[in-house]
Amino acid sequence: MPKDGGIGDSTRRREDIRFLTGAGRYSDDINVHGQTYAHFVRSDVAHGRIRSIDVAGAEAMPGVLKVFTSKDFEGAGGVPCGWLITSRDGTPMQEPKHPILAEGKVRHVGDPIAVVVAETKAQARDAADALEIDIEMLDAACDMKAALEDGAPRVHDDLSSNLCYDWGFVEDNREAVDEAIKAAAHVTTLELVNNRLVANPMEPRVAIGEYNPATDEHTLYTTSQNPHVIRLLMGAFVLNIPEHKLRVVAPDVGGGFGTKIFHYAEEAFVTFAAKALRRPVKWTSSRSEAFMSDAHGRDHVTKIELALDADNNFTALRTTTLANMGAYLSTFAPSVPTWLHGTLMAGNYKTPLIYVNVKAVFTNTVPVDAYRGAGRPEATFQLERVVDKAARELGVSPVELRRQNFITAFPYATPVAVEYDTGNYHATMDKLLELSDYSGFETRATDSKSRGKLRGFGIAHYIEACGIAPSNLVGQLGARAGLYESATVRVNATGSISVMTGSHSHGQGHETTFAQVISEMIGIDASQVDIVHGDTARTPMGMGTYGSRSIAVGGSAMVRAAEKVIAKAKRIAAHLMEASEGDIELKDGQFTIAGTDKSVAWGDVTLAAYVPHNYPLEEIEPGLEETAFYDPANFTYPSGGYGCEVEVDPETGHVKVLAFTAADDFGNVINPMIVDGQVHGGVAQGIGQAMMENCAYDAEGQLISASYMDYAMPRAGDVPMFTVDASCATPCTHNPLGVKGCGEAGAIGSPPAVVNAVIDALQRGGYDVGHIDMPLIPSRVWQAIQDATAAKR
Amino acid sequence: MHNFELVKPTSIEDAVAALKEEEAQPYSGGQTLLPTMKARLAAPTKLVSLLGIDELRYVRIEGDQVHVGGATTHATVARETKEAYPGLASLAARIGDPAVRNRGTIGGSLANNDPSACYPAAALGSGATIKTDRREIAADDFFEGMFMTALEEGEIVTGVTFPIPQAARYEKFIQPASRFPLTAVFVAKYDAGVRVAVTGASELGVFRWTEAEEALSKTFSADAVKDLKVDDADMISDLHGSGAYRAHLTKVMTARAVTALS
Repeated sequence: MPKDGGIGDSTRRREDIRFLTGAGRYSDDINVHGQTYAHFVRSDVAHGRIRSIDVAGAEAMPGVLKVFTSKDFEGAGGVPCGWLITSRDGTPMQEPKHPILAEGKVRHVGDPIAVVVAETKAQARDAADALEIDIEMLDAACDMKAALEDGAPRVHDDLSSNLCYDWGFVEDNREAVDEAIKAAAHVTTLELVNNRLVANPMEPRVAIGEYNPATDEHTLYTTSQNPHVIRLLMGAFVLNIPEHKLRVVAPDVGGGFGTKIFHYAEEAFVTFAAKALRRPVKWTSSRSEAFMSDAHGRDHVTKIELALDADNNFTALRTTTLANMGAYLSTFAPSVPTWLHGTLMAGNYKTPLIYVNVKAVFTNTVPVDAYRGAGRPEATFQLERVVDKAARELGVSPVELRRQNFITAFPYATPVAVEYDTGNYHATMDKLLELSDYSGFETRATDSKSRGKLRGFGIAHYIEACGIAPSNLVGQLGARAGLYESATVRVNATGSISVMTGSHSHGQGHETTFAQVISEMIGIDASQVDIVHGDTARTPMGMGTYGSRSIAVGGSAMVRAAEKVIAKAKRIAAHLMEASEGDIELKDGQFTIAGTDKSVAWGDVTLAAYVPHNYPLEEIEPGLEETAFYDPANFTYPSGGYGCEVEVDPETGHVKVLAFTAADDFGNVINPMIVDGQVHGGVAQGIGQAMMENCAYDAEGQLISASYMDYAMPRAGDVPMFTVDASCATPCTHNPLGVKGCGEAGAIGSPPAVVNAVIDALQRGGYDVGHIDMPLIPSRVWQAIQDATAAKR
Repeated sequence: MHNFELVKPTSIEDAVAALKEEEAQPYSGGQTLLPTMKARLAAPTKLVSLLGIDELRYVRIEGDQVHVGGATTHATVARETKEAYPGLASLAARIGDPAVRNRGTIGGSLANNDPSACYPAAALGSGATIKTDRREIAADDFFEGMFMTALEEGEIVTGVTFPIPQAARYEKFIQPASRFPLTAVFVAKYDAGVRVAVTGASELGVFRWTEAEEALSKTFSADAVKDLKVDDADMISDLHGSGAYRAHLTKVMTARAVTALS
C-alpha cells in the first residue's frame, strides 16, 4: 500500500481546485498597467510577393500607436531553428530565414505581414482593415511530391529547391536492407499518409511584452511549455537581449500538446514592440488565428516495406517518407521526422536490418513541428499497419506474428541506434488480450452481424523513446541545445519545502506528483511541499516539458537535489544528536540514530540550519537549499499493447469505436490516477486523428479546415469508456525513480489500433480493403467498400 | 465585430418599420448571424431584434395543424410539439446543442435557408405554410436555393403552419466537425401522399426527392426506394464527402426513415 500522498498514491490533483473554480491565472488573465493591444495582419494567400504596404491610413486611425512591418526588424534575427539535420550526401539541411514579419514574400496563409498596435483591441482591428497591402499572387507549392519536381514554385527564392534535407538512417545499412528485401520469402508493402493535424489546445496562444526602461529589463508572459528555452532562443538569436535582462513567465497554461514548445514570432514581436513603444503590448490569439499560426503536426507520406523469411521472421524493414516542414522551419521541426521517427522504426521487434529515408519538404503551408508523440506516432503507425497487413497476407494471427518477432532479451540494441533498457512485450500483450476479452470477440462479432454491422478488432503494440534526452547524444545528432533538467529544493526554516523545477506543467499535474515524490523521500506531508514552475526568474535554467520527459528527467533532477538536501540535513541531525553521520536514518520526517530510539524531527533540523546557534558552522554552511541538474544516460522506453474494437455500418461507412484497451508499461508510476488520465487524453487524441481530425489545404494553398465547422475534434460521445492498465511495469534501469513517462503513449499507440480494427471489420465483412488513409471518416470507409465491391465484380 | 445599433421592437408593425432603414437586418436568435458578424463577414449597422415580440412566440395545436411563431426557439418547439407532431419535435430537439436550441428560432432558420440546416427539411417535408408580415408562402415556393428564399427585403417570417402527418421521421447523418447534417431526410406520410425532403446534400439547398415520394406513396416500405437512383449532379462535394456519397446517403436515410415508420 502506498503511503497517503506518497509515491503510488492516486492523490487528487491539487491544481484542479483552482482550474475548476476559475481561479487559474492564464496568460490572458494577466493585464499590465498601460498595456496596448497588437493585432496581426496575416496573409490570406498561400504564396505571394509583397509589392507594397501603405501604413499611413492605418496609423492615422484612432488609438493607433504604430503599425509595424518587416522594416522595423532590420537587424533583428529570424526565428531560429533548434536542430540541424545533415543530408545523406553530408550537406547541412537548407535553412531559410524565418523573419518575425514577412520580408518580401508571404509563404503561407496566416504568415504575419504587419502588426497594428493600438490602445484597444477593437481599434487595432479596425485600423488593420485600413492597411493597404498589395500582394502579387504566386503559384503555391502545397503537395509535397509536386513541390519536389523541377519547376515547382519555390517557397524560398534563395534556396536551391524545396528540399530541406534528404536523410538516410542508418546509411551504412542501406545496401544490406535492399539485399535482404530482394532475398525475402515475402515482402509486405504499404503506402500511407499520416494526416496533418492542428493541436488545438483549449487555451489559444497569448504573449505580453513589458519593458522597464529604469532597469532595462524585459518581461515576456507567454503560453509556453518551456520558458527558459524561449528566453534563450529569443534573447540570444532574435532580439539580442542578455538573459539577465529578460524574464519569461509561462503561468498556468491550458494545454500544449507540443505546439507551445516552439518560439513564435508573436513572442519576439511583443517583446520588441514593448521597448520600441515604451508601453506593454498584449496579443491574444483568436481560434481562427490559431488554426493558421500554431505549428501543425504530422503530415507524412510514407512507403514502408517489411521483409519476412519463410518462417515469418522479420528480416528487414525499409521506409521512405516525405515529411512536410511547411513554409519555415519551426523550432524542432527537422528532428521530428528524423531522430524522433527513424530511431523508433524497430518498434517491439527484433528486425535485424532497417533503413529509413526521409525527405523533408518546404511547402506553402503553416510550419509543422512536434505534436503529442512527435515522430513516434508516425513510426508506430506505419510499422503497426504493415505488420497487420503482413499477418493478413500470410494468413497468420496478427497477435502471433507480433509475438514471434518480439524482442525478449534486454538490454537490446536496435539497428537504429538506440538501446532499450527494459520491457516485457509479451506481458503487455497478454494483459491487453485479457482486458479486452479478445477470446470473446467472435461472439460479439456474430452479434454485430445479426444487426447488419461489421465488427473488427485491431491491435497495435508500440515502443516510444521518452525522457528526452542525453545531451551529449543529441548534440551529436544535431540538437542545438542540451536536454537536461534542473531543480532547486529549497527547505524553509520551519520545514516546508519549495521545489523550483525547470519542468513545466500545462495539464500534467506536476504540482501534485512532484510533491508526492518529495513527501515520500522525506516523510513529511505533501501539503508541506510546493512546486514552483514557469518563471525564469524563479526557477533554475531548465529545458521544459515535452517528449514525456518531466518525471523521468525533471523528476530525477528533483530527486538528486532532494538527496543533497537529505545528506546535508543528516549531517546537521548528527551534530544535534551528537552521533556519527553514518548512523543517521531519515524515516517519516524523523532523523533517528540507527538502533536507538533517539531522534530529532525534520523541522528541528531545518530550523537549526537557518537559526544556527547550536551548529557546526566551521564544517557545515547554514541554510538548506540544493540545486541539481540531471542529464539522463539514455532515453526511456515505455511500451504497450493497445486494442480497439469497432463496428462499421457498411451502408454508410460510419464507424463506431466500441471499446479501447491500453496495457502500458510506464515503469514505476507516481500517481496512477494521473497516469490513467494521461492515457485517456492521449487515446482520445489518437482516436481523433484516426477517425476525424484532418487539416486540409486545397491546391491553391487555402486552409479549408480552418475552423471547427470543418476541423472535427473528438467529443466525449466519439470515444468509448477506456480500459487502461499500467500494471506490467518494468522499471527504467537508469533513472532514480525507475520511471519511463506516459504523456504521449496514448496518442502513439492508438491510431494504428483503430485503423487495424476498421480494416479487420471490413475484411471480415468480405470487403478486401488493404488500407484507408486517416481520418476514417464515413465517406472514405464507404468509398473503400464501394471500390472493394467493384473490384470483386 | 463592428459596432452596431440594436433595436428591440415589441410589435411586428414596429419591426417592419425599423427594417425599412438601410442596412438594417432582422435578428432572430443570431446563431448564424452573430458568428458571421464576429468574423467581420457581415457588418449590419442596425439589428432589429424579433425576440421581444410576444406575438411571434407561440406553439398552438389546432386540429390537424401545428402553428409555430416565427421567433419560437427550437427548444420550445421540441418541448411543445412532442405529442401533436413528434417527428417535428424530434428534429427540433436534435438541432445543434442546447445553447443553439435555446437561442435559435424557426423563423431565423427558415429565412437563412442554410443548405445544411434541419428546419427547411421539416417545412418542405411537411408542406408547411410560411407566414410573413405581408403574405403566406407555401414551403414549395419558399426555398429558392442555397441561402435564398422568396422573402423580400425587410419581410419577416411571423409563423409557420405545419399540417400534422400520420407519421413522420427525420433521419440525420451528421458532418463530424460542424454536426450539421451531411445529409438528412425528412419523410412525412400524409393522407394525400408521402413527402420526402432532403437537406445538407444539394448545392441548391433543401429539395424534395419526388421519385421517392411517388414510390412511397404507392408502397410505403424501404424496398420501394431500393432501386431508385438519386441524381448526384447538383450534390455538394467537399472535404467530408463526395456528391455521390451524399446521393447514396439520401437513399439510405430515406429508407431508414421509412423502416422506422413502417
